[in-house]
Amino acid sequence: MRYITSYAHIKNNRVSVNGEILFTGTPSAGLPEFLTEAYKALAISYPKFHKMDSLCKLGIVCTEFALKGTNFLTQNPLDKIAIVMSNAASSLETDRHYQDTIKDKSNYFPSPAVFVYTLPNIVIGEIAIKYKTTGENAFFVAEKPDAGLLVNYTETVFQEGTQAAICGWIEVDGNSYEAFIFLAEISGNTNKNSNFKPLNQLTVTELYNKTIWTH
Amino acid sequence: MDALIEKLKGQIIEQLNLVELKPEEINPDSPLFGEGLGLDSIDALELIVLLEKHYGIKIEDPKDGKTIFQSVRTMAEYIKSQGKS
Amino acid sequence: MIFTSYTNIISPLGFSTKENYAAVCESKTGVKKIQLPFSTEHFCVGKIDDAIFEQQLAAVKNSKEHTKLEALSILSIQDVINQSGIDPTDNRTLLIYSTTKGNIDILEGAYKHIDSKRAYLPAFAKHLQSYFKLAHAPLVLSNACISGILAIIVAKRFIEQGAYDQVMVCGGDILSEFTISGFKSFNALSHEPSRPFDANRVGINLGEAVSTILVTNKKELATPYHTQIMSGASANDANHISGPSRTGEGLFQALQHTLQHQNLSETGFISAHGTATPFNDEMESIAFERAGLTTIPVNSLKGYYGHTLGAAGVLETVLSLESLKHQQLIKSEGYYTKGVSGNITMIEAHQPAQFSSFIKTASGFGGCNAAALFRKL
Repeated sequence: MRYITSYAHIKNNRVSVNGEILFTGTPSAGLPEFLTEAYKALAISYPKFHKMDSLCKLGIVCTEFALKGTNFLTQNPLDKIAIVMSNAASSLETDRHYQDTIKDKSNYFPSPAVFVYTLPNIVIGEIAIKYKTTGENAFFVAEKPDAGLLVNYTETVFQEGTQAAICGWIEVDGNSYEAFIFLAEISGNTNKNSNFKPLNQLTVTELYNKTIWTH
Repeated sequence: MDALIEKLKGQIIEQLNLVELKPEEINPDSPLFGEGLGLDSIDALELIVLLEKHYGIKIEDPKDGKTIFQSVRTMAEYIKSQGKS
Repeated sequence: MIFTSYTNIISPLGFSTKENYAAVCESKTGVKKIQLPFSTEHFCVGKIDDAIFEQQLAAVKNSKEHTKLEALSILSIQDVINQSGIDPTDNRTLLIYSTTKGNIDILEGAYKHIDSKRAYLPAFAKHLQSYFKLAHAPLVLSNACISGILAIIVAKRFIEQGAYDQVMVCGGDILSEFTISGFKSFNALSHEPSRPFDANRVGINLGEAVSTILVTNKKELATPYHTQIMSGASANDANHISGPSRTGEGLFQALQHTLQHQNLSETGFISAHGTATPFNDEMESIAFERAGLTTIPVNSLKGYYGHTLGAAGVLETVLSLESLKHQQLIKSEGYYTKGVSGNITMIEAHQPAQFSSFIKTASGFGGCNAAALFRKL
C-alpha cells in the first residue's frame, strides 16, 4: 500500500501545507519577491537558492514546505526516492528570458547561468541536489495538472523498486504560477498516521482541490 | 585599482546573484572558487560574460580563466593589463 | 513482454531507418561545417538539408500549417504508422513525444502564420493529435538529454501497467540559434567534427533529427527486430545541474538497476551517450567500469549525427536495433586514441559480431541518467 504522507500547495502568494495555510506573503508582491519571502519564512540557509530561476525556486520552496516536520528523508533510502514532476509551460518563462539575451546582435550576451535553466527537469535536479535523492526522474509536460498521469506513472516506478516519491505540478508562466507537491511512501516505511491518504487519482484530485483558494 | 576592485565586487554580486553577500564581505584576495566564495563552473562561465559585457574583454580559452579568476584582485589586475579599466 | 517494433529516423543522413543505417555503415557523417543564418561564425552541425526537407513536405497534408519540427514529426510518425499498420485513433494507442525545446524557433520569430501558442509543448502535442486523430493527447516528456531513452522506458512501463497496447515514441529537436548560442556560452561546442571518448575531444556538435519507434506488447508486431525491452531505469547524480558527477554515480546507479538479474553474457555493445565533452565522456567511462562493463565494446553515434538532444535516445536505440539485427558493430566515429580514464573498449571499426543484446545509456543536464537493456527473442 502506498500513502500520501504530506503535501503542499502554493498559489496567489500563499502556502498551504496539508490543507492549512502556513504562510501568506505580501499580497501585492510579484513572484520573485514572494519566493524570497517564502524562502526567508522557511529559515533555511541555501545560498544556491538565489541563483535559481523562478521555476526551481518555486519547486524548492514547495518541496521544503511539504517535507518540513516529516521523516520522509530519513525513513526512505535516498537512492530509492523518485521525483516525478509536470507542468504546462515547461521552462518557457526562462526560455523567453534567455531569448532576450540573444535577440539584439549589438547587445549579445548569452548567459550560461540562464541557459542552464531552459530545461524543465532542472527543477528535478535542484530538488535531488538539495535532498541528495538519486532515484528515478521524469518530467512530463501536460496541459493541466493531471492526477491520473502523476499517480499512474508514480505507481510504475514503485513497481520498479522505488520506495518513496516526490511528485507534483510546478508551473511558472508570466505572472501566473502554482505548485502542488505531494510525498508518497510505501506503508512499511512510514509510521502510520491516520492523516495519511492512500495514493490514488481520487485522493490527489481531492487534496489538490481542497485548498481554499481553488474554490 | 581600489575603485576598480570595489566596482568589480558589485558587478560580481549582481552577475552571479550572490544576494546574501555584501561587497564589504568579499576579501579582494580570497579565492573566488573552492574555499572562498564557493563559486562553481557555471559561475566561471558567467565571469567570462561579465568581462565581455562590462569591459569588452573576450577570453577565448576558458583555461585562462583559472589564473584570471583567482581573486577579485587578479581580475582587476587583468582588466588593467588589458587597458580596459 | 514488451517488444520493439517498426521505426523511422529523419536526419541529415536520410528520411528512413534504412537510409540512415546504410549511411552509417558507409561511415558517412551528417555533420558539416556550415554558416548558419544568425551568425557569421561557422559551426559544425548536423543540419537537415532545406531542399530535401521541402521535397519531403509534399507528403504532408496542409504543409504550410506546420512548424519545421511538426512537419518532420508528422513524416516520421506517418512512416511508422504505414509500416506497422496500427490504428492511431485506437484507444489502446498512445504517442509519447520526447523533446527538450519543441517549437523553440517560434520564440525566434521563424513563422508569420503559425499561432505562437504552439511554443507551448501541450499545444505542439495537440497539433500532432489532431493531425493523426489520436485518441489520447500525446504525452510529452522533457527530461534533457535522457528524454529519448527515458520515453522508451516510460512506454514500456505504461504498457505493462495495462493502459495501452502500443506506444509510438517519437523524439525530436531542431537546430536553433537558441541551443547553439547556449551550448556555445557553456564553451561546450567543437568547431570540428566531434570526437567522443577520444584524447583530443573538445566538445559537442549539435544536430537535428526526429526518430520514432513503436513499442508494443503484441508479438506479431515484433517482426522488424524480434527484440524485447528487458529493463530500464533512470537515476540522478544529485551533484550539479550542469556538470557530470566525477564518480559517474547516477549513471552507475541507472546501470545497476537496469542490469540486476540480467544475463549479460551475450551483450554485443554499449551505445553510450558520448557527447564528446571532456567531462561527460570521462564520467561515462568511470560509470561503465564501476558497473563491471569493461569487456563490452562501446560506441557513441554522436560522430554521425551530432547531439540531437530529445531525438538522440530514440535515434541511437533505433540504430542499435539495426546493428543487432544485422549482427554488425558500428564504429565509434571520431575516435582514434583513448582519452578517458575508465577501463573501456571502444569499437574502432565496423565489424561483424555474434551477440544477442545491447545496452543504451544517456546522461544530461539536471544530473539525470538513464539506461536500458534490449535483447533478441
